[in-house]
Formats: sequence, structure tokens, C-alpha cells
Amino acid sequence: MKVSIYRYNPDTDREPTMKEYEVDTQGKDLMVLDILALVKEQDESLSYRRSCREGVCGSDGMNINGKNGLACITPLSEVAPGVKEGKKPLVLRPLPGLPVIRDLVVDMGVFYQQYEKVQPYLQNQSPAPAIERLQSPEERAKLDGLYECILCACCSTSCPSFWWNPEKFLGPAALLQSYRFLADSRDDATEERLSRLDDPFSLFRCHGIMNCVSVCPKGLNPTRAIGHIRSMLLERGV
Amino acid sequence: MSIRTITFDAIVVGGGGAGMRASLQMAQSGFKTALISKVFPTRSHTVSAQGGITCAIASADPNDDWRWHMYDTVKGSDYIGDQDAIEYMCQVGPEAVFELDHMGLPFSRTEEGRIYQRPFGGQSKNFGEGGQAARTCAAADRTGHALLHTLYQQNLKNGTQFYNEWYAAELVKDANENVCGVIAFSIETGETVFFKAKATVFATGGSGRIYSSTTNALINTGDGVGMALRAGVPVQDIEMWQFHPTGIAGAGVLVTEGCRGEGGYLINKDGERFMERYAPNAKDLASRDVVARSMMMEILDGRGDGPDGSYVYLKLDHLGEEVLHSRLPGICELAITFAGTDPVKEPIPVVPTCHYMMGGIPTNVHGQALKMSGGHEGEDQIVNGLFAVGEVACVSVHGANRLGGNSLLDLVVFGRAAGLYIEDALRQGMTQYEPSNDDIDAALARVNRWNDSKGGESVHSLRKELQTTMQNHFGVFRKGDLMEEGVQKLADLRGRIAQAHLDDKSSAFNMARVEALELDNLLEVAEATAIAAYNRTESRGAHSRYDYPDRDDENWLCHSIYDPRTKQLGKREVNFKPKTVDTFQPKVRTY
Repeated sequence: MKVSIYRYNPDTDREPTMKEYEVDTQGKDLMVLDILALVKEQDESLSYRRSCREGVCGSDGMNINGKNGLACITPLSEVAPGVKEGKKPLVLRPLPGLPVIRDLVVDMGVFYQQYEKVQPYLQNQSPAPAIERLQSPEERAKLDGLYECILCACCSTSCPSFWWNPEKFLGPAALLQSYRFLADSRDDATEERLSRLDDPFSLFRCHGIMNCVSVCPKGLNPTRAIGHIRSMLLERGV
Repeated sequence: MSIRTITFDAIVVGGGGAGMRASLQMAQSGFKTALISKVFPTRSHTVSAQGGITCAIASADPNDDWRWHMYDTVKGSDYIGDQDAIEYMCQVGPEAVFELDHMGLPFSRTEEGRIYQRPFGGQSKNFGEGGQAARTCAAADRTGHALLHTLYQQNLKNGTQFYNEWYAAELVKDANENVCGVIAFSIETGETVFFKAKATVFATGGSGRIYSSTTNALINTGDGVGMALRAGVPVQDIEMWQFHPTGIAGAGVLVTEGCRGEGGYLINKDGERFMERYAPNAKDLASRDVVARSMMMEILDGRGDGPDGSYVYLKLDHLGEEVLHSRLPGICELAITFAGTDPVKEPIPVVPTCHYMMGGIPTNVHGQALKMSGGHEGEDQIVNGLFAVGEVACVSVHGANRLGGNSLLDLVVFGRAAGLYIEDALRQGMTQYEPSNDDIDAALARVNRWNDSKGGESVHSLRKELQTTMQNHFGVFRKGDLMEEGVQKLADLRGRIAQAHLDDKSSAFNMARVEALELDNLLEVAEATAIAAYNRTESRGAHSRYDYPDRDDENWLCHSIYDPRTKQLGKREVNFKPKTVDTFQPKVRTY
């Protein structure tokens, strides 16, 4: 099958190019990450991030035939009709909207800064008990769909609001994390967390486009989390 | 060659659970701490831990006792775990786990609001007399992910200085073998730096990638063990590799033991629940070494399924959709993605898969690395300046076989212990050893060797050959002549890897260079494993030999010590002197 990969090495290239490779899959429905490994056997200069190869570390987010996803849990059969059969090329590009360091590796700096801005850690002023802080199963259930985020950046880099205002709009991943702590019964910094989001950009630049939801490889729903924060902010204003 | 020097009180190499627990401890007390990680920390392999963290927090059972946990761990280790270290881990454990809750780890909960605990293999109440215990604290089946993210968040809060996507290539020592820091380079820019510190903490994790089939992440290449061995630091019990019973056949992806804890069980191609024959009491929740061997016997006896009869099944459908989706949601996803089966409806094809390195750099309970006065034998001596925690270390709490859920506890307890010790030492004034320029150049030699390479074989073909050799010669069952052949093959590979070729010499995000340097480390770990396995002439825990089928307490109730300088295997005493409880005497180990 044919694979077309975005190549750019700042040491040697003046501009990026799409490079074509031919890979023999023996008809198997391999993961995109397996294809990258086969290409790298032909051309060791290809760089991409990878670690767990099972969809939990979030290293290998990339743009696969136009859609962001994790290479390690995207089988060829799910990329687009005809790709697995070799009728259409597999097209791999770096995540959009972030500077490219090399090949499929992007500079995630802005993305991580957004994460840090929401103070993504539990805050509780009361002294810790000798055992755990009690939390009911119902309270704990509110964290499901939030804490599972793997920081792969597939969502934020598919979001037009993020593309336009990456410095001011926090993006879906960071906002999901913000709500993960707002929703935690053990956290008591609700007021401070909300006040930090109460400006025209940080949160309110979300226009509910829902690209984040359609690409999230973990099936999470940042738009819904943003909606919850929005409601909390509105209630607080009343 | 002159390179930039950056100075810290302490540096931690590795951003998994152990490394971040250590760095957190030191950063909280205001010491200048750097964490060097070859991946962004939340991409470390701790993220893949599923089932939980075993600890007697007395939630599932209010009468639970850390001494019972200690008994299980000593027995699980097949009696070569150090009892003082196991005692420390089990006793301090609850405090370390409650701290994780206070940091925000989203544990699953009981109706009482306490942390949810599930049964895991090898767990008992009342020193093996009271039946199965439920002692593994869980955040659904994503406990490692939850733990790793929580620790990263706390390190952010406390100002740890991260060097993410920096690759530590070599230890720097002075003329007296004291450790002064490491040579590392930025993967992004290629800039090479000497990180100088009073304490260098290795938390580089395991090295499952020496095998071709492993649950381990692609990054688990034994970098810490490789650096230690090249620096002349020995490794202990390195022949002890855990094969996890339930890796997804073909893919190698892990399926947590928690599945069996929640009531799942293994069946052969005839649908028989075969563990009832091998471990009549504990059945599917016997220790991992026991279950893995039983599965291999079924497969070798022709009761495996699939085109080559090469796997058995993990049956979960009887648990019902609700339990599976609430307790084991991640497993459902993985099974669908990597096995094409929905566990709600069908069993998952599984096979024992390389999972965990019980051996590693010998340390005391403070994480201080140890060497032997006579190389492979003699008295313990501290390697000044060097610490090791987590999977790279052998403290030893796992001995010849680790119990499920004990690795996460090991990470937080000993990451914390090393941090506490270093904090204290820094307050009292710790020596900064100073290397000469020659010492630094010596450490740079390996990086330079690849940068200057011309011609020779490729990294990926050599790596594949190494992995196949380990898989075929040092698997679940081992045999003297086959291992001897394996040792020879690795000696041959050593010569060829020394001549291998790195084609891409560019500086920006050059992953080919990283993979070349990782190959050196894989070789060090593989060779140490091979020589130690060949020379331990008995069967104990995960080390199982056809030619020496029995445990030999007369000769081998001890640690093995592999000295990289002479390639000799020596013996080191196991600690049988816990401080607050009576010694657990070795017994016949049955489940």
C-alpha cells in the first residue's frame, strides 16, 4: 500500500514535503503505528513520538487522512474506505495548529501551558485526615469521562477557536481538566477556579463546534464539560 | 570536549511513578530538583498500569493487617525478597496511599466513601489461613494512569524543574567511582549537557523490550540498568522476569489481573477451567508465575486454541455488562481494539507475556545503590551519589516473583523513601563529587561512537535479533543447553552492535539516535539476564528450568549478583530480619 508522510527536518530542509512510501501489509489490518514502524525500517530518519502503543499514553496523536487520532489504536480499516486495501494512500501529517519540530513531531508547548493555566491539581485548604478524604460513589461518578484524558492534544488541535486564539482560549483539553477539578467533591477552590475563567476568551470562545468530541480517542466530551462550567459561571453571576 | 554544565541538588532520571514521587518529595522541601525524562512524564509506562495498588488500608476488610500483606509478598517472592524491605513497604504503604488520595487521585469508592479494593492474585487474610483477601486499591482499571497524572500535577504545583524529552545517556563518575551526575541531551535540539548533582536518582523503569513479546511500552529499554552496568555497578536477580498470564495473544497488550479478581477465569480450548487442576485453592488467583506456567503447560499439551494452538482464553462474559463497563471499562476497549472481541460476549485470547523485571540495581530501603566489595561477592558498599527506585531498582521487595498491585506500591513507597532520605542528607550537607574533564569525556564516548559510526548493520535488524534470541532462549521455561546457546548469540550480537551504523546524524528530534542508544542498553540487560539465568541452577519463582526443576534452598536461597566487569555471577544474602515481626521461614509454596 502507499503511505504519504509529511517530512520536515529543520537541519536539512527549507520547507516541508509529502514523501511517498510503499509498505507491504500482507493484507493485514495493521494499526497506523505499525505502518510507521515499517516505514522507519526503510527510512530511519522518520521521526514520530510513540510510547505505550495501546492508546493510554497520548504520544502519537497525529492527523490521519484529515482526522486527528492516535496512530496506535487506529486500524487501517477505520482510516477511510479503501486505505487498507491499498486503493487509497494513507496520509499522515502532524497535528494541525502547532509548530512542527520535525516530521510528525509538533511543539506541544502552548498546549501544556494551557493545561498548567487551569491549575490542574486538587486544592483543599482543610487539614488532611489520617485516612482518605471520603467520597461517595455518586460523587466519584462525576469524575468519569473527565479524569481519563491522556493529553494527546487531538481535541485542541482540531478546534478552530484554538487555532485562532491559542494564547487566550484555553482549548478543550485544558477546560476538560478544569472541570475535572471543579467536579471533584474533594476540591474546595471552586470560586477561584471559576473566577480565573470568567473573561471573554478563556472559556467563552468555545462555540460548540464539537470537533473535540468527534476526534477524542478516549470517547470523552469536552464540549459537555465546557457547558457545565458555563452553567456554573452563569449561576455564579446571578 | 566542553559542554554546558547545569547544577542541581538532586536529579531524577525517569518521569514515571517512582521518579515523580521522589522528585515531588524533594521539590516540596524546596531543594533544587530536576527531573529528566525521555518522554513527557505522563507518557511514562506507569500510565499503563491497570488493576491497582495493593495495600492494607482496611477498606474492604476493616480487620486487614499489613503483616498479612507482608506474608503474601514474602511467599510470592519465593522467599528471596528482603524481609526488612517488604516490612517497610507494607507498613508505610497505607500512609503513602492516603497521600495519593489527598493529592487528588480519583480512586473508585465503596458505599462508605472509602477507597475501593479488589482481590488480586496471591492475596490472603491471616497469613494464608483466612482465605482470599481484597487488598488492591483501584481507580477502575486505569489506576496507573490516574496515579501518574496525579503525581505530574503535584510536581507542577511544587515547582519541580522538568527536562522533558531529554535523553540521559551515561553516568558521570569521578576517579573514585563516585557518581557526579549524568550526560543527557535534548531530543528536540540535540544539545548535550552535563547535569551535575549531589544525588542522582535512577527511576528509569523496566526493560521488557528485550523480549519480542511484551506488555511493556516501546520506551522500556532498560536505560538505567544499561548505564549502571557500563559504570561497573552490579545488578541483582536480573534472571527474574515476570511473564504476565494475560497478555492479548499477538498484540502483547496487558489485560489486568483485576479481571480475575472481579471473577473472570481462564479456560482452555475445551472450555475447561484448568486452573482448578493446578492451584486447587487459589485457582485463577494463584501467583502470576504459577498461573503463567499452568497456561504454558496447557498450550504445550495441545489444549491451546487458535491456528497454532498457541493461546487460551480469559472468560469474563458471565460477569455481566454492567460490572464489565463500570469496573473494567479500559479492558473492554483494549479487547475490542487489539483482539477484536467484546468481552461482554466472548472470551479474550491470552498468552503469558513478558511484563516485569524483578531484578535491577541492588539498593537499601533508602534507595542507595549498592555494589559488592569483591565485584560479584563480598560486603555491601554504597555507590556514593547514586540512588535507584521503582522497577529499575531491586530493593528487593519482589524477589523471584512480584505480586500484582505491588509494583505501584513499590513506586510510591520507595520513591518517597529515597526523597525523604536525600532531603535529610542534603540538609546535613551532602558531598558534590567533582569529575575531571576526562571523566566527562569518558561518559560522552558512547554518544560520540554512534555519531561517528560508518557502515555496519542497522539498529532495527539487530534489535529484532536480540529480542528473538531472548524470547526463544530465556522464556517461561528455560533449559541449560538452550540458554548456553543464547549466551553465545548475545556475545556475537555484542560484537556486531559495537560496529552498527547510525545513518541519521541530524540534531533535531532524531529518534534514530535515541533508538541506537537504547539498543546498547537492551544488550546490557539481555546479556546480564542470560548469564544470570544460565548460572542460577534451580527453579524459583519466575525462573523455571527443565534441567533443575526444584527450588534449591541449600544453594540458592539468596540473591544473585551479576558483575558486569567480570561477567561473573555471585551470591548475596537475603535479609531475613524484619524489625517488628518474626521472620517468615521458607516453606513449600503452594496456592
